Amino acid sequence: MNEKHRAIHKAARDLIQGAQRSSLWWALAWQETRQRYRRSMLGPFWITISTAVMVGAMGPLYGVLLGQDVGSYLQHLAVSLIFWTFISASINESGSAFIAAEGFIKQIALPLTTYIFRLIARNLILLAHNFAIVVVVLLIFPPAHMQDIWLFPLGLLLVIGNLFWLSLLLALVSTRFRDVPQLVSNLVQVAFFLSPIIWKADMLSAKTRFVADFNPLFHFLEIIRAPLLGEPIYATSWIFAGTLLVAGSSISFLAFARLRARTPYWL
Amino acid sequence: MAFIKARGLTVEFPVYGFTSHRSLKKSLLNVATGGILAKDASNHVVVRALDELDFEFHDGDRVGLIGHNGSGKTTLLQVLAGIYEPIRGELKVQGKIASMLGISLGMDGDVTGLENIYLRGRLLGFSRARMDSMVEDIAEFAGLGDYLHLPLRTYSSGMAMRLAFSVMTSTPADIILMDEWLSVGDAEFVEKAQVRLRQLVNQARIVVIASHDLAMIQHQCNVILNLEHGKIVKSERKAEAFNLESKQ
Repeated sequence: MNEKHRAIHKAARDLIQGAQRSSLWWALAWQETRQRYRRSMLGPFWITISTAVMVGAMGPLYGVLLGQDVGSYLQHLAVSLIFWTFISASINESGSAFIAAEGFIKQIALPLTTYIFRLIARNLILLAHNFAIVVVVLLIFPPAHMQDIWLFPLGLLLVIGNLFWLSLLLALVSTRFRDVPQLVSNLVQVAFFLSPIIWKADMLSAKTRFVADFNPLFHFLEIIRAPLLGEPIYATSWIFAGTLLVAGSSISFLAFARLRARTPYWL
Repeated sequence: MAFIKARGLTVEFPVYGFTSHRSLKKSLLNVATGGILAKDASNHVVVRALDELDFEFHDGDRVGLIGHNGSGKTTLLQVLAGIYEPIRGELKVQGKIASMLGISLGMDGDVTGLENIYLRGRLLGFSRARMDSMVEDIAEFAGLGDYLHLPLRTYSSGMAMRLAFSVMTSTPADIILMDEWLSVGDAEFVEKAQVRLRQLVNQARIVVIASHDLAMIQHQCNVILNLEHGKIVKSERKAEAFNLESKQ
């Protein structure tokens, strides 16, 4: 029992000390972003461009295909795609959060959560670049109303919290079982089509509605998207995301307490 | 006061993607290098890199670790640095540790030498303000002049090491861990680096150094641990500990 308490205590300390090292993980995240686009003139704005091209090309076509009003469909697609990119990249990169940091982990004793914070920070940096598109689209096609916009940062925070526990859990498991990242990237790919990104949840009939209702990714997108686009706010999505945050964090933390000390050995 | 106490300290590395072949295991058991191959509770092959170590180091101890390649010297340093947690046994460390393992870790070729100083500082957990107060001393010691304002990738490897060394040796620590005595730079720099490193080492309360240089260990250390297959086969403690006061 004593051993267990100690493990939990150490895991909590890792988490707190990791969070405190924000200047370190922001610096590492920037460094990685810069390295990925080194000596390219546009740098990370290349992602912005490729997302913009995708939105611009897909928007009118799929809007017509799905019989939607182009303006509102473009709004929906731009916001959905951009936040989906953030969510999916965070999940996909989780598997290698520790594996890619092997050089660090084996040479310096930093809190392991530092590498999870760094992953989220890196994807937030990319999100900030992409967000320019959201701004442009919303300027051209203004949302119906802006009175719920204050909920947007809260929704984003809630999603980030959920991504954090999921990333930590996936990073731990993936370090030991190297098949997990492959499995996860497969699932994420399927999830793209099963989540209301290209399509909208209200296109579903009552019979197929469960595809959205039981899809956590739908609720994640919903709590970010609805306040931005002035769509009705559904409490269910907020409750779903909040409950998932509490439950997921608990499971993830317990797994962390159990596996933390073993992780460097698995690299 | 600083101390390091270990009781029954054991470290085992699991070997995955490799099923235990009896014959191979047998033949491996007889070689002079490497940790002991064993099986853990769930029958996985493990390399027992450190096997039930007991030791205590106190203020003033200069500890030399000697042994074959793979005898566990570096692993022991990594455990003391907090990189690996022991699988079994106890390890208590009191005092601020400076680990000289991987001193150029995290340096970025695309940013200037000056920014790299800050980057290393962040890795070591120093605040921006603290680095601001240290950066001048570090820059001056590294002696790289205007190169400090150029990206690190324009440096020769020796120059990059000088920078890393200067950051690493810029703050005193209670406990210093070293894998081989550090020596960087050209003839001129080596000399001044040695003075600085010796000063740092003299100020530290405990120093643990792994080396193949027996003469240096004999001369510098009052505690000598001889490791073999992850076990302490010989432990020798000279009568008097290193005198902290007289050397400062």
